[in-house]
Amino acid sequence: MGWLKGLAALGARLAKMVAVVLLIAVFNFMLVHSAPGDPALVIAGQSGATDEQFLQRVRADYGLDKPLPTQLATYLGKVVQFDLGYSHRQQRTVSSAILERLPATLLLTLSAFTISLVGGVVLGSLAGVRAGKASDTLISLLALVIYATPVFWMGLMLVLLFSVQLGWLPAFGYQTIGVTMSGWDAVVDKLKHLALPAFTLGMLYLAIYARLMRASVIEVSHQDYVKTARAKGASESRILWRHMLRNALLPVVTMAGVQAGTLIGGSVVIETVFAWPGLGRLTYDAVLQRDYQVMLGIFLVLSILVIAFNWLTDILYRVIDPRIKAA
Amino acid sequence: MKAIAKAFLRHPSGMLGLVILLAVIVLAASAPLLFPGDPWDTVAAPFTPPDTDGMLLGSDSLGRDIAAGIAHGTRVSLMIGVTSTLVALIIGVVVGALSGYVGGRVGEWLMRFTELFQTIPGFMLCILLVAILSPSIRTVVIAIALVSWPQVARLTRGEFLALKEREFVQAARCQGESPLSLIVRYILPNALSPIIVAGSLSVASAILIESALSFMGLGDPNLMSWGFMIGAARTMLRQAWWMSFFPGIAILLTVLAINLVGEGLNDVLNPRISRK
Repeated sequence: MGWLKGLAALGARLAKMVAVVLLIAVFNFMLVHSAPGDPALVIAGQSGATDEQFLQRVRADYGLDKPLPTQLATYLGKVVQFDLGYSHRQQRTVSSAILERLPATLLLTLSAFTISLVGGVVLGSLAGVRAGKASDTLISLLALVIYATPVFWMGLMLVLLFSVQLGWLPAFGYQTIGVTMSGWDAVVDKLKHLALPAFTLGMLYLAIYARLMRASVIEVSHQDYVKTARAKGASESRILWRHMLRNALLPVVTMAGVQAGTLIGGSVVIETVFAWPGLGRLTYDAVLQRDYQVMLGIFLVLSILVIAFNWLTDILYRVIDPRIKAA
Repeated sequence: MKAIAKAFLRHPSGMLGLVILLAVIVLAASAPLLFPGDPWDTVAAPFTPPDTDGMLLGSDSLGRDIAAGIAHGTRVSLMIGVTSTLVALIIGVVVGALSGYVGGRVGEWLMRFTELFQTIPGFMLCILLVAILSPSIRTVVIAIALVSWPQVARLTRGEFLALKEREFVQAARCQGESPLSLIVRYILPNALSPIIVAGSLSVASAILIESALSFMGLGDPNLMSWGFMIGAARTMLRQAWWMSFFPGIAILLTVLAINLVGEGLNDVLNPRISRK
């Protein structure tokens, strides 16, 4: 019967994903039609020079002369087939432009996610175990300042420090341009470029998880099984790593799932600051060119990415706490 | 009320936040007196470093006074932070109160809708709304409110679920009070303190979102704002660090102050559930 339950859980997840995709598609549709002016102009992404032929094609394609419900059905039909329209500015389909940029965004967000979780858990446990001591106060103070710092400004200041002043890390881009590298060198080069953006994006969440982990460790440390372990004579580090960590981790992982949306939203700003060639950078260019089709498509794809991150945290949760079966 | 004020006065970090916040408000109020000219006007040579030629914080690439820009930007940040939070509070409290009070299937569907909203990458939604509806104070406020209300709704629902079964509410119901009066006159006043705390923290995050939007070039084009100043100075980081450094400090201090006040309020208003 186990596989049946698993199948049901998978079905529920897919249903949620379809619901989100549909909701976003409907929202996009409403947005296009609530914008001032001709919806064809919005879809074509043109405010200045207009290409009348292209406009005609857009009108026919999206059935803009038909009643609204028919238009919505046409639009949803296109989205379901991953037809996100054609970008006149880029002279290519929106879906191909997005797919080309997706790997860079995946790399950046996954790295930031890992940095924030690992860093937050380590710092938070340290602070929790030493509650009330100087290092605890320092970590809490740091978290408070990071909370209040705009992430794009943090990125610029880190560039100022590590690239301009110290010259340790490259300030922007994906890899060194004009040099062909292979094997290990190419990997190191990519990692160097990834370091600043991933760290900047992950830092805020690192602070959030550190504070949460601290509270969680303090709470768990009063549990009976921890006292038992201590009474048995287990060493403090064994108590922390073997007995407390798993339980203290659960609220942090829950929070990581909740924060996935803001983390992925934050990547848009970070990619703009560091000229990272992902979806965020594509968004910035689309904003400058008022290329609405591209923005609408990215919004949809990023939302799907958030759901994928939620699945990832669910899996993490189950690895940490085997008592929880498919939720 | 008096007891709360007294307790807050004894809260060290809360008071520190309040003092900084008051200074920021005074700066916003006195900006037209301190810097009477238009912050968009050229008043010095371009690229003047800080503390030279009477430019306390230097000038930008077009010779505009950075200090004047910061002072005038304070008004924009505070105004947008407060208005968008008020809108978010109205939406969030209505949805949360309905969902919590009515309960049952309607309540559950309302919460599903709220959760769905939380799944969406909020900042991308803001960009879309502002870009398509064209940037102005109004669209920025609407966009920020739209991504901020779900948290308020979930909080309000939780409070309402807990409060609606309490004796004083049931007593009022037995006296024939209408549901609207039960919600507004009996439950809401008792749910107010966590909502106030959430609201104050929401002002801080609204200021951060506004600055990121104007950094991306999506602020109101007629208003000088901190995010815009940093965005415009970004490409000149190597030559002129001060152009992006000082506006960032302004954001940092303001948001930090509001967060400190919010946490202080939390400790004072909800002493039992405050930091363990």
